[in-house]
Amino acid sequence: MTSHAFAGKVAIAGIGATEFSKKSGRSELRLAVEAVKAALDDAGIHPSEVQGTVTYGTDTNPDVDIARSLGFDDLTFFSRIYFGGGAACGTIQQAALAVNSGVADVVVCYRAFNERSGNRFGAGVQGRAPIANAENAHLASYIPVGLLTPAQWVAMAAARYLYSTGATSEDFGRVAVADRKHAATNPKAWFYQQPITLEEHQASRWIVEPLHLLDCCQETDGGQAIVVTSVERARDLRQDVVIVDAAVQGSAKGQDMMTSYYRDDLCGLPEMGVVARQLWETSGLKPSDIDAAILYDHFTPYVLYQLEELGFCGKGEAKDFVKDGRIELGGELPINTHGGQLGEAYLHGMNGIAEGVRLLRGQSYNQVEGAEKVLVTAGTGVPTSGLILGKDV
Amino acid sequence: MPTEFPDHSDALAKLVGEPSGPVELSPEAVNSAMIRHWVEAMGDRNPVYLDREAARAAGYRDVIAPQTMLQAWIMKGLRHTLDLEAARAAGTVASNDANSTMMALFDDEGRTSVVATNCDQSYVRPLYLGDRLLVRSSIEAISDPKQTGLGHGRFATSLMEFFAVSNEVAERGVSAEELVSQAELVGTMRFRILKFRPGTGATAVVAKPPRPRPAITEDNAFYFEGLRAGELRIQHCTDCGTLRHPPLPGCGTCTSLNWDYVVSEGKGELYSMVVNHYPQVPAFDYPLPIGLIELDEGTRLVANLEGDPESWAIGQRATAEIRALDDELSLPFFHHDDTQED
Repeated sequence: MTSHAFAGKVAIAGIGATEFSKKSGRSELRLAVEAVKAALDDAGIHPSEVQGTVTYGTDTNPDVDIARSLGFDDLTFFSRIYFGGGAACGTIQQAALAVNSGVADVVVCYRAFNERSGNRFGAGVQGRAPIANAENAHLASYIPVGLLTPAQWVAMAAARYLYSTGATSEDFGRVAVADRKHAATNPKAWFYQQPITLEEHQASRWIVEPLHLLDCCQETDGGQAIVVTSVERARDLRQDVVIVDAAVQGSAKGQDMMTSYYRDDLCGLPEMGVVARQLWETSGLKPSDIDAAILYDHFTPYVLYQLEELGFCGKGEAKDFVKDGRIELGGELPINTHGGQLGEAYLHGMNGIAEGVRLLRGQSYNQVEGAEKVLVTAGTGVPTSGLILGKDV
Repeated sequence: MPTEFPDHSDALAKLVGEPSGPVELSPEAVNSAMIRHWVEAMGDRNPVYLDREAARAAGYRDVIAPQTMLQAWIMKGLRHTLDLEAARAAGTVASNDANSTMMALFDDEGRTSVVATNCDQSYVRPLYLGDRLLVRSSIEAISDPKQTGLGHGRFATSLMEFFAVSNEVAERGVSAEELVSQAELVGTMRFRILKFRPGTGATAVVAKPPRPRPAITEDNAFYFEGLRAGELRIQHCTDCGTLRHPPLPGCGTCTSLNWDYVVSEGKGELYSMVVNHYPQVPAFDYPLPIGLIELDEGTRLVANLEGDPESWAIGQRATAEIRALDDELSLPFFHHDDTQED
């Protein structure tokens, strides 16, 4: 595989977010509009220059409503990506494809919701009306049985992972401890100044065995937007340029939405393997080139899976890799320097992309000195996506 | 078991026939503004309430108030009620009228819960604009203790007699008690409540809601139909023979869209499992163990595990028992397979 045509030619020029809270007191659309406006301001681009939008299939905020709210001119590109948080980095890929092909010069990617005070994903799908369509029929295998929530869907794979690899709940806990350590020094994070210990992780109540409460990310109200344009254009704008070295999507054989229980084993995320393969091949980089990684962390187990799929360690070795502070600031591969979704906010992965940008601009509250390449992943257990972002040199 | 409560039958019997409280005069006369709000809210399009011509055509001398507004005319509004409640709580109003006494006796008998059970009205004559209403309330009946579906309780019936005087008469400054003696009876209302001991009724145990339903399409109907027929079915490609689950229209191995099914023996191995604790959905019991079972035929399925969650471990043998949860839904439940040890 050769490089994708857009690799190195497209940049992230702006990032913007609302505050992250448990009750925003504002509409989801208002959050989206605020985030988009903040991202455009950050870039120094006037809303009338936006030509494209990308969001998630699950986002409730119509692009046209945002366009009218902010006085956008004509739009020539509008796209949505399904599969929940798996869309995160995919939105950047869509934008990159559009920008590099000349379809749109400036594209805004956004995600905003009142996921804590409004529709809580963690509450489960038991209320879903059994209307006859394929998405609901997929859930028919789980709803009547009571396997209803994302935590439960992930736990089914995680239990097998523990059984097969000899990892323990403490190994999952080390991810939570690292995330919360980083959140503790990020004033934007919900869990600012609230680090946890591994003992606290172990003592937290079961949500679904083998997952403790502190294996599960929080729920959040908020919005995050990212502005994508050409590297050329970005160099004339307000911020240091962050280059999209690679932006890929991945779905793998036997793929299912959250419940890929019917593949040979449950100890991998083959779709993240598809992402990894493309990230390395199209960027020409290798794991040792990466200075920090933002790994999607709705639930801790899949962070271990990702370290293996991305090649930061071998299969079944993540339990050792996460030890001794290796994934913490100052370690070999600092992950989730913003605090991750466990610590900063659950924004369906969009806030992780923003942190990748801050690390390369030198603006992170937990700056990795000299960071030149940052890897970012999207939702796990679903068709997903990934990015390698680089400093402009 | 509830503690012993006193029996106030004798004291309660003395209250029957007593006035519940003072006679009350309606704050204003029957008027078209309140009538208009009422009929708008109720969606009542009968023209006799607002249209004088229609009322006359129907045989009335003027527009009439909807009969069911009888009690509405003497109601003093939410603010009054809230103020009164607050004053009672603060002890700044005496509550020694018969109604308050009755309620206190009920409470002392442990009957602290209340539900309104009946409200019957009868009408003597229509109410016209300008009528000013008076109400005289009394305790008409208090039942012996009864075991009801809601709990062990007593029924109490209040009788409210409604009288009308003209607005001019009402404004003369005579007391409400005195006005009643020269007023005309226009209607009555009987209001019955049940005061009961909470948690002592048949409905104290709330029925468990049914499990949420699966979405059925032409692709997966055979699976749920099979369960209702007592069969655990596995989809089978009739071209290459590959078994598959969950159901799909096509075979991922050979791309064929032709399929039927085989019936599983319902035996297999626990491939993975979880124990759900939160959130707790009312249709299920928690902790809720759920397994991913690898059937001996080779496919896997997600199903409930029977028995103590702690008794289960990955790798154990499991056997399905298909159970009907209701007329619509049957599911396989897996228990330990005692016939095979590995």
